[in-house]
Amino acid sequence: MGGWLRLGFGPPCPNSVGRTIALVGVSVVLGSCSLAEAPLLHPSGPIAEAQRNLLFEVFALMLIVVIPVFVMAIWFGWRYRASATQSAFDPDWERAPVLDGLIWALPAAIIVILAIMVWRSTHQLDPYRSLAAAGGSTEVQVIALDWKYVFLYPKEGIASVNELVFPADKPVQLVMTSDSAMTSLLIPALGGQVYAMAGMATRLNLLADGPGRFEGRNALYNGDGFADQTFSVRAVTESEFAEWIASAKHAPDLDAAAYKELSLPGVLKKPMQYSQFASGFFQSILDKYASPLKMQQTPRYP
Amino acid sequence: MFGRLTEDALPFYSEIAMAGAAVTVGGGLFVIAVVLWTGSLLYLWRNWLTSVDHKRIGIMYVVVALVMLLRGFVDALMMRAQQAMAMNSGGYLPPEHFDQIFSSHGTIMILFMAMPFLTGLINFVMPLQIGARDVAFPRLNLISLYLTAAGAGLVLISLVIGRFSTAGWTGYPPFSETEFSPGVGVDYWIWALVVSGVGTTLTGINFITTIVKRRAPGMTWMRLPLFAWTALCASILIVFAFPALTVAGAMLALDRSAGFHFFTNDGGGNAMHFANVLWMWGHPEVYILILPAFGVFSEIVATLSSKRLFAYNSLVFATVVIALLAFTTWLHHFFTMGAGASVNTAFGITTMIIAVPTGVKVFDWLMTMYRGRIRYQTPMLWTMAFLVTFTIGGMSGVLLAVPAVDYTLHNTTFLVAHFHNMVIPGALFGFFAGYVYWFPKAFGFRLDERWGTRAFWFWVTGFYLAFMPLYALGLMGMVRRLQHYDNPDWQPYLIVAAIGAVSVLCGIICMAIQLWVSIRDRDRWADTTGDPWNARTLEWYSSSPPPAWNFASLPKIEGTDAFWRLKERGEAYREDENVGAISLPTNSNDGIVYGALAFVFGFCMVWHIYWLALLCLGAIVAHLIVSSFRHPTEEVIPANEVARHEQEWKTAARAGSRYDGDPLCDYRTVLRKVPAQ
Amino acid sequence: MSEVDAKTFDESEERAYGFWLFLMSDAILFSLLFATYAIMVTATDNGPDRTEIFGYWRTAANTALLLCSSLTMGLASIAIREDRKSTAFQWIFVTMILALAFLVLEIQEFAGLFAQGAGPDRSGFLSAYFTLVGTHGAHVTVGLIWMAVLCVHLALRPIGPVIQSITERLTMFWHLVGIVWIGIYSMVYLPGLYQ
Repeated sequence: MGGWLRLGFGPPCPNSVGRTIALVGVSVVLGSCSLAEAPLLHPSGPIAEAQRNLLFEVFALMLIVVIPVFVMAIWFGWRYRASATQSAFDPDWERAPVLDGLIWALPAAIIVILAIMVWRSTHQLDPYRSLAAAGGSTEVQVIALDWKYVFLYPKEGIASVNELVFPADKPVQLVMTSDSAMTSLLIPALGGQVYAMAGMATRLNLLADGPGRFEGRNALYNGDGFADQTFSVRAVTESEFAEWIASAKHAPDLDAAAYKELSLPGVLKKPMQYSQFASGFFQSILDKYASPLKMQQTPRYP
Repeated sequence: MFGRLTEDALPFYSEIAMAGAAVTVGGGLFVIAVVLWTGSLLYLWRNWLTSVDHKRIGIMYVVVALVMLLRGFVDALMMRAQQAMAMNSGGYLPPEHFDQIFSSHGTIMILFMAMPFLTGLINFVMPLQIGARDVAFPRLNLISLYLTAAGAGLVLISLVIGRFSTAGWTGYPPFSETEFSPGVGVDYWIWALVVSGVGTTLTGINFITTIVKRRAPGMTWMRLPLFAWTALCASILIVFAFPALTVAGAMLALDRSAGFHFFTNDGGGNAMHFANVLWMWGHPEVYILILPAFGVFSEIVATLSSKRLFAYNSLVFATVVIALLAFTTWLHHFFTMGAGASVNTAFGITTMIIAVPTGVKVFDWLMTMYRGRIRYQTPMLWTMAFLVTFTIGGMSGVLLAVPAVDYTLHNTTFLVAHFHNMVIPGALFGFFAGYVYWFPKAFGFRLDERWGTRAFWFWVTGFYLAFMPLYALGLMGMVRRLQHYDNPDWQPYLIVAAIGAVSVLCGIICMAIQLWVSIRDRDRWADTTGDPWNARTLEWYSSSPPPAWNFASLPKIEGTDAFWRLKERGEAYREDENVGAISLPTNSNDGIVYGALAFVFGFCMVWHIYWLALLCLGAIVAHLIVSSFRHPTEEVIPANEVARHEQEWKTAARAGSRYDGDPLCDYRTVLRKVPAQ
Repeated sequence: MSEVDAKTFDESEERAYGFWLFLMSDAILFSLLFATYAIMVTATDNGPDRTEIFGYWRTAANTALLLCSSLTMGLASIAIREDRKSTAFQWIFVTMILALAFLVLEIQEFAGLFAQGAGPDRSGFLSAYFTLVGTHGAHVTVGLIWMAVLCVHLALRPIGPVIQSITERLTMFWHLVGIVWIGIYSMVYLPGLYQ
């Protein structure tokens, strides 16, 4: 029991009053501090930022309906309580066409505005939409395993496990599949998540504002090791990226034996690197499964 | 001979599993012991277990729901405790257990707590509200009850023999396929769902037929009480949505047991198809849960505001619109599957459109309170908590309906907070309100208000403490179903959430005490009039509890609030000269027979004991055929007995009725401003 | 009309209505199986596809058998309504022969597929095919048993409300079985002819 009490306080938070107050009080104060640093509210990339702004806008629009409900509930609830015999009482009042119309029209109007926002934002922030500008993008192929992620860099020819590294100034395009159960790759600080499924290649386009370290993880439950299916994400400078690629060149090959070992269910303690993999490796994983959704027009992956 | 059932299935592999099994078996033995000790087996058998009276069946459904609520809540408490302590440590539940617990929590709460609860309430109230003698098919009604019980029994027995599913309550393949979940857990989940789903479908058919065919003369569609309307819409949803659950479950079972390739990774299976079919049931299911609760709130807000329901037509229309739109939104459960932007947009917008009729309902209830005289008895407290809390849930729902927002929040605890925020105030609070509201009608005495108020405050506080932190955690990137985590920022929130769960536990204890205290003081809380709330609809136009035949005769119904009109005209308790003999269906063993066979069938399918499963199926068919040759027996209640009961009740009601033409008369007596008449 | 008669009529109408609702629910079940088939039809996993395995004459014969049985079932129900017992027996008997022939052909079809290694465990496409057509076949079997039960009823007692109520529901059921088969024939078997 002592263990979790001790661990409960975590690292000191600058805004916190202190550890001496009662457990709940501290928890709440600490909590509100860490919430302000939440990756979703403090995004590190334009996609996540757009998603956050959208969240706030919709929230604000909804308040137009929600606040009147709160006010009316409290006001009517108090004003017309049975003991308030001075308040008006109109037991047979049941119809008010204008009010009735307003009650339908107000939420409907808000939904019309929201629908337009949804139309625009869903197309704009479509995870499939490529963000590549003049500089091109970093392409990474992702294979979900139990309980780890393999990242293949087809251009650079290297592979890593549980570590996603890319140059900060370029968009990243993830093409994902699974060689096991279904997973959902989520990087809260950069935005979005999309499922990775066997026999299908899904996409997720992301962009970081600048260099940084983020948390990524599988968000879709897939068994005992689910809690540990996390990976580190690093947006780095071009030179650091080149260094990282170079360092991978000393690592072992991702050959059939190595991959077989990787695909056994289990949790990795540390990220790993591989110096090379067979060309068309990602495609061969896709081809293992004959999903009916695998259309003819699917591009062959290098 | 026994398929894959061996002694390894017994829970001697872990202490936690043994404790769970011991509690389940012990609880069952305790109930049996009490029944035998008090010598009430015969009484139970004759008056309850084989009764085809819709009121008793309804009460039995609610009993099933309350028992399963306890089981599901223990799961919740264990999960909250685990997550509160599992920071950088394994907590006390290994993943294998934790995964079973969140799977069974969801399955139980949706299918074996909420479903029986609403079915029980509708069973008890709806025929009384529409002035019917019983549901259209009383024997089928009993069979449905036992099929639901058989499904619940399969979930319970999975604690003792074998294990439950670890694939979550939605059982997404390919994880739920044999490749990743080779044990019996997923099979328990499938067969519990399918067996109870058949019972639920039959119930839905029964309710629709009852409402369409058995309304009292003059009870036109636009005079139907709102609870009956919501019961009708929920039943239509049941009949059209539950086949999807059956299909999803059957296909998964074929994959697992017969090597089919619907959702497997290999052989051309397509896991996303399961998600589609499951949610074609799953989303309407949400409205199956919530609509009847909306009906309960509609009745309570009018009665306890001493006022007519505002904009009845609007409320009916909104109910029907919600029911129709319920089928158009299922894809919002997986915006992240990689569908195109236009598909996601379409489903995002249909989801938001549902918010319009829902919002209309909330405003209509608020306008019903406007210029009313609100009596804050416990049903009204639940209603107020619902109005405010449900609105928050609706707001987070609209946030999640925006696909681009959902990409970041899907599968996080924000989502968990959202759907609990819809289903707890939107369904459970409604069922609790209905339980308190109709309890006196069922048993002849009211529930203790003091303990009810305490239970209410513990529940509402517990709800906010348990789920508001989960919203924050979702924004902080915490995903659902985590057995442990290493982010120190999360733990304070999870501790608060655990404290919330403890508060809910206090609420449940208060409800138990409330029941006990009310039974003890039943004379003090007795209701002799049949109308303890000064209410408006027809179910109160009978003694409490009502006789087996419900009504000796019915008045001509001339508008909504039929009973209120009678009271206004002073005709509510007038003696009726034309009381005749009434014939009623007799008790039936069919329910127990089919329930037992279905239970054994499900159990055998789980353990691959196919010969016995086939035998059970054959026995069911044989029993169906044989019963087609039996003429249903009826017993006749003689006219003088009906008349005697009628006279007794009306005399007591006239003496006790506080209605003197002023809608507030009931409450005045409570305020002691005017002595009771 | 005495009070008892009026009540019986009311109840059999309720039964028919309730059963119709059940059939609607059953129709949803079939539509989901159709949708599943439509999605899985390309999921052959390099196994046989729909152009290679179906017997056209056999399934055409099946269609003819089932459509005729719908007609004879209708004639049986008219005979029962008009209280002509022996005619009713004859038409039910013919319906049962047709249904039985249908089942025999279907079992042959399935056995042939199994023999060439195209069982339901071969691919998603075949899983969906066997589940859809098999569920329909199960319905035909239920109908067959039901007809036998109706014959026993007819033999045991005069035609009255009970038999009329059973016949009414059985006829509805049998027509649904026919309609579903038309869907199967035109969505599963006929498209296999082309390509």
